Amino acid sequence: MQLHTLTLREASEMLATKQISSVELTQATLQRAHEIDPKIQSYVTLADDVALEQAKQADERIAKGKDLTPLTGIPFAMKDAISTRGVRTTCSSKILENYVPQYNATVTQKLADAGAVLIGKTNMDEFGMGSSCENSALFKTRNPWNLERVPGGSSGGAAASMAAGLCNFSIGEDTGGSVRMPAGFCNVTGIKPTYGRVSRYGLISLVSSFDCIGPMTRDVYDCATVLETIAGHDPQDSTTFNSPVPQYNQNLNKTVKGMTIGIPKEYFVSGMDAGVENAIQQAIRTYEKLGMKIQEVSLPHTQYALPVYYLLLFAEASSNLARFDGTRFGLSASENAKDVIDIYLQTRHEGFGDEVKRRIMLGAYALSAGYYDAYYLKAQKVRTLLRRDFELALSSVDILLAPTSPTTAFKLGEKTNNPLEMYLSDIYVVATNPAGVPALALPAGFSNNMPVGMQLIGKHLDEQTLFQVGHAYQQVTDWHKQNPVIGD
Amino acid sequence: MTNKIDTDMVKHVANLVRLGISEEEAQTFSGQFSSIIDYFNMLNEVDTENVPPASDTTNNTNVLREDVAEPSMSRVEFLDNAPQSERGYIKVPTVLGDES
Repeated sequence: MQLHTLTLREASEMLATKQISSVELTQATLQRAHEIDPKIQSYVTLADDVALEQAKQADERIAKGKDLTPLTGIPFAMKDAISTRGVRTTCSSKILENYVPQYNATVTQKLADAGAVLIGKTNMDEFGMGSSCENSALFKTRNPWNLERVPGGSSGGAAASMAAGLCNFSIGEDTGGSVRMPAGFCNVTGIKPTYGRVSRYGLISLVSSFDCIGPMTRDVYDCATVLETIAGHDPQDSTTFNSPVPQYNQNLNKTVKGMTIGIPKEYFVSGMDAGVENAIQQAIRTYEKLGMKIQEVSLPHTQYALPVYYLLLFAEASSNLARFDGTRFGLSASENAKDVIDIYLQTRHEGFGDEVKRRIMLGAYALSAGYYDAYYLKAQKVRTLLRRDFELALSSVDILLAPTSPTTAFKLGEKTNNPLEMYLSDIYVVATNPAGVPALALPAGFSNNMPVGMQLIGKHLDEQTLFQVGHAYQQVTDWHKQNPVIGD
Repeated sequence: MTNKIDTDMVKHVANLVRLGISEEEAQTFSGQFSSIIDYFNMLNEVDTENVPPASDTTNNTNVLREDVAEPSMSRVEFLDNAPQSERGYIKVPTVLGDES
């Protein structure tokens, strides 16, 4: 039997009916990771000892039949931006290369409490700054569908580890598409929840007003299961909602007949690959066959989403990354330092990669006297308009449908010399984060043997409709069941 | 608004974010910054008269809780990650003192 292609639900059933133990499942996953991952490089750290200990505990829980959850005994991977007590957490940066957190992120703790098994930490663009995983300061991750191509970013390792069958589910983080874009590139299902639905406590912040932790899975059912586990109010994060977390899997089989999908016309203009457009049009026809109504809608400020997103990102990141000062944790370059300022200058010069340097400097520029009104404040005003666009469009339809990227996965090195061109690959995924709305990415077919992703965008806190509509699609298609043959 | 970000401006912002920078790096970044900032100027096309700046994304405001004291990380544990510490404190070079 192929353990590495099991869905979470299938693995959970096998554990519950004692066809397999968590230790066996975990050992098989670790073994496959040690064999296959040198080709993919999705993991920064494989936590063999922690995983086997957690698996043993899960097996004891299963034997007693008490406190079981759908995640008990299930091996998962965690993006290396999320703190794991006792397990190195690098954010794929030199500045945190040897950092071992003394505490768990709330998400880490919730998964541990549910009995999930942490296999390891996955590679990413340094501090989440990138769209291809090539900005990892540690090494580059490859796309399991074609090793010459990028897995997308910034949660590239999370998507690649899923696609390669090196975990049963994966936790990513989406600041401006970082779950959905790599999910699309790697044929994985993933969600960026509503801002504030999942606690950010223990997440190494990139943009505090955009950052959303979200699961990456083999199908929508699993995605709903994991989100339900990690969502909810957290006293440690005052931006989390107090409202109760729905049982996301409850309405999955409700008919979508008569519901309306909005197609944002601004997303279907020049720049999209023909293969991507074909796949998306086919998905729209599939929904029509399921009895859904299709309606064109307008998001008139779409072309401004990218500058708004990047300006605000630069500004917030320049402030958030001030904490890496070489004195309290992380890298400290203090050779010949005359004073504490010298430690800051040297540590940050040695510890940050070029993209991080670019972004925090541009952030300081956008926030500095004389430029604040023209850039930062202007961007916050246009952000209001972006949010109104979504509110208005979603007032006449149930959800929006769009691609996750204008192209399939590009080649390694193709865009590394031109930062602006790299930014443009995020064009379809960035607008949701300044607006706070949730979006679910799904496999939608293939173009030249590379996966095409689509996303469903919904109203604030309406993840349930996204799961319902996404699940309906996966009942009549099998793109999400396709797995790559890993080459050499 | 002029968009040329020369090397002096790059060095100025590098200093603002406490980032050491070489002359060569300042030159590379200067060229890249000008094209990125040019792109951002696209926002000037948008009429934002009477549009308030966003201050949140979801109308979820003032989530309050009781202020109850709870155990937190111990000092010993906290210092595990400090590059240098002494007698329970984080050690850094002299911050105050003579101006030599």
